[in-house]
Amino acid sequence: MIYFWAFVVGGGICVLGQLMMDAFKLTPAHTMSTLVVLGAIFDGLGLYEPLIDFSGAGATVPITSFGNALVHGAMAEAEQNGFIGVITGIFEVTSAGISAAIIFSFLAALCFKPKG
Amino acid sequence: MSSNNQDTLNQTYQAMAAKDEPKRPVLKNCVKAFFIGGFICFIGQALKSFFLHTFNFNEVTSGDPTLAVLILIAVLLTGFGVYDKIAQFSGAGTAVPITGFANAMASAAIEYRTEGKVLGIGGNMFKIAGPVIVFGTVAAFIVAIIKTLWLQWTGG
Repeated sequence: MIYFWAFVVGGGICVLGQLMMDAFKLTPAHTMSTLVVLGAIFDGLGLYEPLIDFSGAGATVPITSFGNALVHGAMAEAEQNGFIGVITGIFEVTSAGISAAIIFSFLAALCFKPKG
Repeated sequence: MSSNNQDTLNQTYQAMAAKDEPKRPVLKNCVKAFFIGGFICFIGQALKSFFLHTFNFNEVTSGDPTLAVLILIAVLLTGFGVYDKIAQFSGAGTAVPITGFANAMASAAIEYRTEGKVLGIGGNMFKIAGPVIVFGTVAAFIVAIIKTLWLQWTGG
């Protein structure tokens, strides 16, 4: 069942992005930035975590989960160390995504030539 | 020519351009975005279950290798020039998942490789993906500060 909800919720978030591009004529960069900010706000309100429990990768794979993970890391450190934790913890959870994207992209740029 | 005149010209041009702009097939685009985006998340869920049951990951930590594998796949597809073809077809369906973020970074890095490793690859990698990280971090900072203040005030 989690597969079904992953598909529906993940697809739904993509439709939201598509609507921002088509109906509000935002550029892809504006759309992605807006979705990340929305993800951060939703986690601040405590609404993103239930969505992850409900739909698994449907909520963790879209870019909104990047905003969610930033807030999550910041809050986890802040609860232990106070305000400085917000700064030190902000990239704690997202490290896997950012590091992987930087490392793989760099290696790809060494191996591949531009197409088209 | 006065700037006023130029403004009127610009407005006329924009009105004409807007009239002749092809109508966007919003519904069709949304259906495509739904199925492609949903499919990517479906694959993500399959990877997540795989890491959860085969290796020593729990419900939370299994997200990390899942994202890493999805990013690796997206970067490879970008390198082979396949991702951009799928992206043209599916719009937000491939842009919104984390794979779109990886595609933005990899395509910028590959495109500027001729300008050198430091200024080309290093300097341009975040050209498209940068806004996402900047706005995500600033928003997360504000949200986390407000929430920390709130928790302290309410004694949580």
